[in-house]
Amino acid sequence: MISHRGNYDVFHIKILKRFLFYKTYDTLVVIRLSFSLSKERIYIIIKPEFSVCDTFIYPFFFGYCMQTRLKEEPKDEKGENKNSSQSENGKPIAIELAKKQREISIAEFFEKNRHLLGFDNRKKALLTTVKEAVDNSLDACEEAKVLPEIVVEIIDMGNNRYRVIVEDNGPGIVKEQIPNIFAKLLYGSKFHRLKQSRGQQGIGISASVMYGQLTTGRPAKITSKIGAAYPAYEIELKLDTAKNKPMIVSEKQTDWHREHGTRVEIDLEGDYLKGPQSVDEYLIETAIINPHVTITYQPPQGSQLMFVRVTEEMPKEPKEIKPHPYGVELGMLMKMLENSDNRTLQSFLTDEFSRVGAGTAKEICEQAFILPSTQPKKISRENAEKLMEAIKKTKIMNPPTDCISPIGKDLLEKGLKKEINAEFYASISRPPSVYRGNPFVIEAAVAYGGNLPEEKQMDVLRFANRVPLLYQQGACAITKSISTTNWRSYGLRQSEGSLPIGPCVVQIHMASVWVPFTSEAKEAVAHYPEIIKEVKLALQEVGRELGRYLGKKKRLSHELSKVDYIQKYLEHVSGALQEILKLDNNEKKRLEEHLKAVLEKTRSVSKEELAELKKDYGPKIKREKSDIDDDDEQSDLEEYDESEESDAEKEDEEL
Amino acid sequence: MNPKSLMQKKKMRNYKMAEEQVPEKIKRISNSIYKEIVAEQQPEISMPLRSLQNVTYDEKVGYFELDNKFKSRTLTASTVKTFAQTLRMMALSKTLVETDDIATKRETYYVSKNWGEARFHEQMESDTVMDDIEAMFMVNREQMGFVPEEKGGDIAGKLVVIDKDPETGKEIKIDCTKFGSGAYSIPISVEHLKFETDAKFVLAIETAGMFQRLVKHTYWKKANCILVSMGGVPTRSVRRFVRRLSDDKKLPVYVFTDGDCYGFLNIYRTFKVGSGNAAHINKYFCVPNARFFGITTQDIIDYKLPTHPMKDIDLKRIKDGLKNDPFVLHHKEWQKALIEMAKLKVRAEQQALAQHGLNFVISNYLPDKLKNPKSWLP
Repeated sequence: MISHRGNYDVFHIKILKRFLFYKTYDTLVVIRLSFSLSKERIYIIIKPEFSVCDTFIYPFFFGYCMQTRLKEEPKDEKGENKNSSQSENGKPIAIELAKKQREISIAEFFEKNRHLLGFDNRKKALLTTVKEAVDNSLDACEEAKVLPEIVVEIIDMGNNRYRVIVEDNGPGIVKEQIPNIFAKLLYGSKFHRLKQSRGQQGIGISASVMYGQLTTGRPAKITSKIGAAYPAYEIELKLDTAKNKPMIVSEKQTDWHREHGTRVEIDLEGDYLKGPQSVDEYLIETAIINPHVTITYQPPQGSQLMFVRVTEEMPKEPKEIKPHPYGVELGMLMKMLENSDNRTLQSFLTDEFSRVGAGTAKEICEQAFILPSTQPKKISRENAEKLMEAIKKTKIMNPPTDCISPIGKDLLEKGLKKEINAEFYASISRPPSVYRGNPFVIEAAVAYGGNLPEEKQMDVLRFANRVPLLYQQGACAITKSISTTNWRSYGLRQSEGSLPIGPCVVQIHMASVWVPFTSEAKEAVAHYPEIIKEVKLALQEVGRELGRYLGKKKRLSHELSKVDYIQKYLEHVSGALQEILKLDNNEKKRLEEHLKAVLEKTRSVSKEELAELKKDYGPKIKREKSDIDDDDEQSDLEEYDESEESDAEKEDEEL
Repeated sequence: MNPKSLMQKKKMRNYKMAEEQVPEKIKRISNSIYKEIVAEQQPEISMPLRSLQNVTYDEKVGYFELDNKFKSRTLTASTVKTFAQTLRMMALSKTLVETDDIATKRETYYVSKNWGEARFHEQMESDTVMDDIEAMFMVNREQMGFVPEEKGGDIAGKLVVIDKDPETGKEIKIDCTKFGSGAYSIPISVEHLKFETDAKFVLAIETAGMFQRLVKHTYWKKANCILVSMGGVPTRSVRRFVRRLSDDKKLPVYVFTDGDCYGFLNIYRTFKVGSGNAAHINKYFCVPNARFFGITTQDIIDYKLPTHPMKDIDLKRIKDGLKNDPFVLHHKEWQKALIEMAKLKVRAEQQALAQHGLNFVISNYLPDKLKNPKSWLP
């Protein structure tokens, strides 16, 4: 949008009133704008008002002219600029500007705002592409009731370019639909219905195709086959961003070994990295939350990974439901009224909404002072508003919850066990609850100990409708719920208002017909109090189980360390007494035996109990620092004792 | 032999006898522990609680007397370490006394490094165990063969100390007027010393600086007295030395400290009646006839002394003293003095007298104080 001297990349341009704000890598620049118009071109005269970095500002001398092609912003500007509302040839600016005003294609909009869809940077772009393709594959398989088998391959093509290949054994897509599904934004089957699914808007995969095309110029290659008796088609697709329409580059029949399924190949500019927020992490978490899925993954480097399913049981197919009156907004209600074929308001209410029977419908009409026999199409805006008020006042039963397919307590735990090696697991699947008329279920699982790192913040795995959420952990309602839960009472360390510390993984899954995300990239769950409350309740349940386990474990390690502790000082008690009383060695030995017996008696746990504890918790536990030393000062003072500490003494401290 | 030295001898013998008793005590207690363990019972050792909560003060007795609160330590899985350490230290003490040797507190701490797992990590830990044993036996740690690291204070003035030559055992007389600008240093153990003096009183001084000034200008000659430098809270040997001196020679003792709660409560009170922590030995280590000579709140007003503002912690200390210190609770005068100080919220050092001239303390302050017993505090 802006061309200017110097090779500065410009990000995040915003125009507010008469000021233009933009950011380069490290500088925020604020510029005052004024307009002068010639026939063909609009010049913006910019005067730098303020810049963080002086060295950057020098190209922008006072009055420096910058040639600009106005494309998106002129609408905002014309009203505000009163100083120069007359152009040089006397025509009102608005007329000139009107020539430039035109519709913006949704594809163009997202081309400019790719971060909204999760293509902020190369690393994230690669992840988003894999994620969208895999999510679509899983949704398709589940709808066709096929146990999903997904093959993911990423090929490093050098020069930061990667080829992403995702293949599934789903139902396949009929040839005619392929272009629209993969190369038209906001095209899909899932947007207009209320049913739990991974995808929602029909943006994801087409956005990936568009991004690939933008960064490499190459079309996406889709192969699909819908049954053994049908041929497989291979189609190369591009997206016309100006019109938001697919363009077919090539199309041919091929042979494909699969009976049915779909294969997506997209070339794009990306960055392959390991660690958190990586493709690897996404696939592991997907395998955890979808225990019925088998994923074969070939990363760009290294050997193939297999995530094998732990259950043959398909998730219960979620039912589609009608909207609940509490979840409807005025605009939507008006649109529904307009499109309705019902002849009376009464039947409109009972047919179009869930949980509205004849009685409830009547009550709503009464509250709104509208006759139930009114034609829905004839209801004015004012009356629609009255109707909204009436809905709020009427008590309506919560929506049915069979539209949600939670994973379930057992499978949740199985999935976590499969990929995370810990010593303790607990899980819970809460009963359904409702926010704004949308039913949802919260499920939580926790894994503790084992190979998990000791001194790190708890790992949080967030999922929404079986999709891992990897970005924007801080902005998510789930994270907030975890950090506002008191984990100290469950045996973890935690400073006020932050995530607890310990060898612990917490997994939260929100299943709903409509998960309220904070952005189109679907990275964080919005802060609805009902959701936060449910998450906290789930966490408290698994937390209590964890607390019980840790309590027992602590008791055991305490007892075990006591045994050692006694053993350690036994000989010193007997040795000192030997020295004072001049005992012989036999007497000393006998004394030690007696002493041991005396001390064993003072322990709070009996031998049998100890053996039992050992059986349950024994092999896994690590020794913890003993807290039975009655010398309070000692532990504090030990820090200062430097020089003569031998290694043996270090061991002593660790006990 | 004159009756006086006979008495001295007897005292020495008593003292010696007490020393001989320590190994017996150790044996007796160890034996009972041994027997209890063999009978598979939990042995228990008990010792008087060493704190201000467990002392009473009677002016006639003159020092903090130990009350009858005890703390006991039962041998359990969690106390076994301290128990082992206590027994180890008792064994060490027995060896020390039997071989007529001594170990300083620091040395004891290092000896413990041979005890393997039962070793001490800090001298503070070994000191605590030592104090526990001391209280348990109701003896002075010197009797158990343990001596402190720090030396006592300094003496200058009209005093002849009769000591023994460590090599020959012959009596030697030390004239404390013959140290010029230096001073005689009080030994760690003072029981065997004898004194000759014709001084009128003993003046115990908080700071070495003030002591230096008085020595330099031979104040002891002018006032015919003995000067003692305490250097902060007086050590046990300073207290014992002054106690014996004043008992033997019937000398009044005056204590000259800074005008702050540290001088009042920590230095003077400990000097006069002993401390809570060492309550079991206060009987010997206190100077009941001491009088407070040093800067009072009234002096600050009268002499218009330059002052420092008091810190919160000082005010807390005063409050605590008014509430818990049996010595303060007994003496109305001290309560009044502390309350006045808390009201003024200022403190003044001994050296503040230099505002009126470096030797103002010699020419005015001390003579005024001597003339006016009403300005002393009990």
